[in-house]
Amino acid sequence: MSKNSYNIYISGVGGQGIIKTSVIIGEAAMNEGLNVCMSEIHGMSQREGSVSTELRIGDFNSSIIPNNSADALLSFEPIETLRGIKKANKDTKIVFNTHPIHPSSGNSLEMNYPPVELIISNLKENFNYVYPIEGNDLANKVGNILSLNMVLLGAIVADDNFPLSKESIVSSMKNNLNSKFHELNLKAIELGFDAVKL
Amino acid sequence: MNLKQLVTGKKGDKQFLLGNEAAVRGAIEAGVSIAATYPGTPSSEIGDVLSYLAKDAGIYFEFSTNEKVAMEVAATAAASGLRSFTFMKHVGMNVASDSFMSTAYTGVRGGMVVLIADDPSAFSSQNEQDSRHYARLANLPILEPSNCQELKDMMVYGFDLSEQFGLPVIIRTTTRVSHMRGIVELGSIKEQNRKGHFDKDPSSFVPVPAFSLSMHERLCDKIKEINKISEKYRLNYISSSKDNFKIGAISSSSAFNYIYDIVNQDNLDINILKLGFSYPFPESKVYEFLKDLDTVFIVEEVDPIIEKEVLAVIGKYNLAITVFGKLDETFPLVHEFNPDIIKKGLNKILKYTEINEKNSYSQNFNDLIESIPNRSPVLCPGCPHRGMFYGVKRAMAKLKLKEDDVIFASDIGCYTLGLNPPYKAADYLLSMGSSIGDGCGFSKATDQKVVSFIGDSTFFHSGISPLVNAVHNKHNFVVTVLDNRITAMTGGQPNPGMSFDGMGNPAPEISIEKIVKATGCNFVKTINPMDLNETIEIYKEAFEHDGVAVIISKHPCVLIKGLEKKSTVEFNENNCKKCYVCLNRLSCPAISYKNNKVTIDKDACNGCNLCVKTCKFGAITEGNKEA
Repeated sequence: MSKNSYNIYISGVGGQGIIKTSVIIGEAAMNEGLNVCMSEIHGMSQREGSVSTELRIGDFNSSIIPNNSADALLSFEPIETLRGIKKANKDTKIVFNTHPIHPSSGNSLEMNYPPVELIISNLKENFNYVYPIEGNDLANKVGNILSLNMVLLGAIVADDNFPLSKESIVSSMKNNLNSKFHELNLKAIELGFDAVKL
Repeated sequence: MNLKQLVTGKKGDKQFLLGNEAAVRGAIEAGVSIAATYPGTPSSEIGDVLSYLAKDAGIYFEFSTNEKVAMEVAATAAASGLRSFTFMKHVGMNVASDSFMSTAYTGVRGGMVVLIADDPSAFSSQNEQDSRHYARLANLPILEPSNCQELKDMMVYGFDLSEQFGLPVIIRTTTRVSHMRGIVELGSIKEQNRKGHFDKDPSSFVPVPAFSLSMHERLCDKIKEINKISEKYRLNYISSSKDNFKIGAISSSSAFNYIYDIVNQDNLDINILKLGFSYPFPESKVYEFLKDLDTVFIVEEVDPIIEKEVLAVIGKYNLAITVFGKLDETFPLVHEFNPDIIKKGLNKILKYTEINEKNSYSQNFNDLIESIPNRSPVLCPGCPHRGMFYGVKRAMAKLKLKEDDVIFASDIGCYTLGLNPPYKAADYLLSMGSSIGDGCGFSKATDQKVVSFIGDSTFFHSGISPLVNAVHNKHNFVVTVLDNRITAMTGGQPNPGMSFDGMGNPAPEISIEKIVKATGCNFVKTINPMDLNETIEIYKEAFEHDGVAVIISKHPCVLIKGLEKKSTVEFNENNCKKCYVCLNRLSCPAISYKNNKVTIDKDACNGCNLCVKTCKFGAITEGNKEA
């Protein structure tokens, strides 16, 4: 296994830009000359379902990350962090957006979304590197909630073990997103980066 | 990446591609002239990308009305000397199979590839069938790629092989290959003749009994020849081979990736034979691999097909080898594999490591994980199906029909989500178009009322002939055609009810109402499901009608691009009497219950105003149109 291997599990809800974010990382890895493969599950994503991708940088054939083996979990939504938690071990970097998206259920009266503070405290109790990010606030600060995925992308790039340079992530972003939004997305990446790094 | 680069990319370029995109590049490199499909996940993106690129790539592409028609379009194009490509999800292959079986006899002149995308773990399907059986059923060659590069390469190879032997070639993917992304190095694009000509030869193309027997003989002869090639194919290879290893593994498709990684990571003394060209079965290659082993693991999704072939080889050559696979349940017989499942299976036999499946989390954390709510797919805010389901249920209540008095025969589409509360409007489901045939049986077998639900695209796909059956045989039930002006569930492809085709060209709209009237059905009503009073009244009439009653519930899907965004509703909390009709009967994702009160999420609301119509107390009102 090469030293540059890095497994990242990305999760959230349909419409949050999860697949685009993953593709940006994947293309950046390819451009840096690393091997990379990725798996995406998005069968019902348009209908408010859970979406997840598994991105593996390094000499892997399998695009599925074995349990307890992710170097990082990047989650766009608090309970989606928990849904993917079996991929993590004690030293996995857990970076997640604290803004909840309440699932709609058949009988909305019975819906039971756990308090976000409880999720944060439990994660901190069980894992060594937990980074809750006020992703929606940061995206709104940039000026567009649609830049949420770039905020979170910046946040994961800030992980010391992240194997790709910020520059190659930025150039991959530019190659994948409309040039009208490049400046805005750059700001979002920086804000996310600083939220973890500072 | 801009998808146009799938056409403009040069030999040697590297692209980070989805499996389905790699398949498209393979088709372009192979010089495909004609491609046809009916959309179905996990193969849908192939059609979406081709629909977008066909003109640039010089390909004729169509969304056919169903997979069987797509198969016929491809078969005749190939019979005319062109390279043709058809692709579908696994259950789509069942629809196409009647014509497909004959293509094995008739053969082709230009190359023809049939890509079948299986869905182990049924992420978006009604079953986990293993379509490798079709290779054996039809006696046609099958290729099984494990990753995006192989998928692209096998497309090109498949066309060459098909043309060389004049037979269609199957490529079988799984969800993890179709929806995998990986680095693909591009090859050169082959220039092909784009206009075919059909040279008549009934003895080759008309399988009447007089000809079909000799066609079958010819097929068997060809497969014998192709078997010599599968024995030597470069993607049937032995990886990490050591002479002194006594344990082997044979694998294919996505399953190969898991066993390969585990053997490498855990430094196991296991030789692996990967089968990329798995039928006709490369028996000699397998024998050579097996003969010095004492143990072999067969790692394949879904059915034990390679395993039974291997057992036959072992029996034939009288080898003393123990086989561990699905038949002895070393690996599960159901669901997709992953690295953890394979490792656990290997370890059951080899006992080389400790696998601790219990986590070390605190009890509180385990309780928290247990408690998280599911995020089941739901009908979108503003979905027209919601009004229709609401209308059916209110009509039932007004006629004092209980839940048990009405059977809901559902079909394949977004409206299958009517299964969930509060609608509970899916009691029986078989396949695409089955709801109307199911209605025929239920209405004869029982005294219960029956309501069938079928979408516009599904109606064109396979709803018309059962409707003819229903009218002709004087059945008695209600058919609802949910015409939302798009093939919504698979991501919004056009269908024959639309005014444009799969390449974006103008096309004649086919009228569902005229088709239904042409059957002689004397109760045909088109309703706007957003008009709840009308919807309820028409369903009441339909329930009381003697004979087949067809209701066309017509309103565009909210996901259609370019539709005007409507102003969102206003919630006036002071008027809310907490009856929760809006929450409990509509179940709209934009309406939820937070902090002991009804909350409407304005970001989610699409302004359909159904909730306005259901609120008797004026707590929800239409939004300001000027805003």
